[in-house]
Amino acid sequence: MQPDWPAEIYKELVGAGVRVVGYVPDAGHKRLIELCQEDRNMRAVPLSTEEEGIGLVAGAWLGGEKGVLLMQSSGVGNIINVLGMVQVCRFPLAILVTMRGEQGEFNGWQVPMGQNTARVLETMGVAVRQAGEAQTVAGHVRAALLKAFEAQGAEAVLINQRVIGIKSFQEQRSQ
Amino acid sequence: MKLHRRDVVGELLRERKELLVIAGLGSTAWDITAAGDADTSFPMWGAMGQAAMMGLGLALAQPKRRVLVVTGDGEMLMGLGALATIGVQQPANLTVVVIDNERYGETGMQRTHTAFGVDLAAVASACRFKHAITVTSDIAQVRELAYRTTGPNFAAVKVLDEKLPLVLPPQDGVLLKDRFRKAVLADVLAEKP
Repeated sequence: MQPDWPAEIYKELVGAGVRVVGYVPDAGHKRLIELCQEDRNMRAVPLSTEEEGIGLVAGAWLGGEKGVLLMQSSGVGNIINVLGMVQVCRFPLAILVTMRGEQGEFNGWQVPMGQNTARVLETMGVAVRQAGEAQTVAGHVRAALLKAFEAQGAEAVLINQRVIGIKSFQEQRSQ
Repeated sequence: MKLHRRDVVGELLRERKELLVIAGLGSTAWDITAAGDADTSFPMWGAMGQAAMMGLGLALAQPKRRVLVVTGDGEMLMGLGALATIGVQQPANLTVVVIDNERYGETGMQRTHTAFGVDLAAVASACRFKHAITVTSDIAQVRELAYRTTGPNFAAVKVLDEKLPLVLPPQDGVLLKDRFRKAVLADVLAEKP
């Protein structure tokens, strides 16, 4: 049986003391967003674009709180320049990315950014962890959070489209 | 009569005490430095468009402190969506002040959208800021917003498009970050090994 990986991520966020969660919605993050919204100790902040999330979590860190960002792979393209600040200031950064443009993608316009998400992040100094199976997601998230907050690292966990469930995209296409 | 930007920022930061300050890339970072560099100031040397969001993150993390974002019209225009995002969160302790010279001052004084009548205070108001004003002379009003009024608050302060000597803050990002956290979180950080 497939583990309940969104719930597992949520537990990792609680365990790491994350209080601020910035997100631009994605179908793959739907359940995790809901779990964060329901947690009265967390502030789930909807963003108008992913770029805002970098300012949000950097500002929160200045004030002593830990933040993470949830986005889909296309959103990574929207944060490239501001990752420069993360690098120069060594702000902790933990981004959980649900992938599009991989296997099972029905929207060809998602493919260019999906194919280059890891490369773009690495080019801008963000370490990338590939979560290819549902069983490995929580472990990658735990490692990323630890490195981000304890060692001022910039980390991204890419959650493969296989984990999210290709079926849901097929369902979207039929809608 | 139009205001001088350094007078405005100097007046806003006079006897600032507990006020936490974020300044956007460019002239406003030099302005807050001209008013007196402080550990509780975070002048930005990049990430244009993110000053208001830095302020939001800080305001959420430090709900008992007043947070002031001082930024330029060009910088604000690059991140207008932040006003909508702040409007959703309704941070009571956050004030965003745009020092509006209607110009991109660092790149040759090209006109910004505000020179053509785009009204930033109206945008902030539409984004559910509790108070959103445009000011051409009365800085006391802006001080009141920054230090006392329940927010989120917004003020666009119209200033002259003067080119002034640079007064540069430290450029080392790690230093700026660490000195800020040390000043704000001294007790918390002392507990860590």
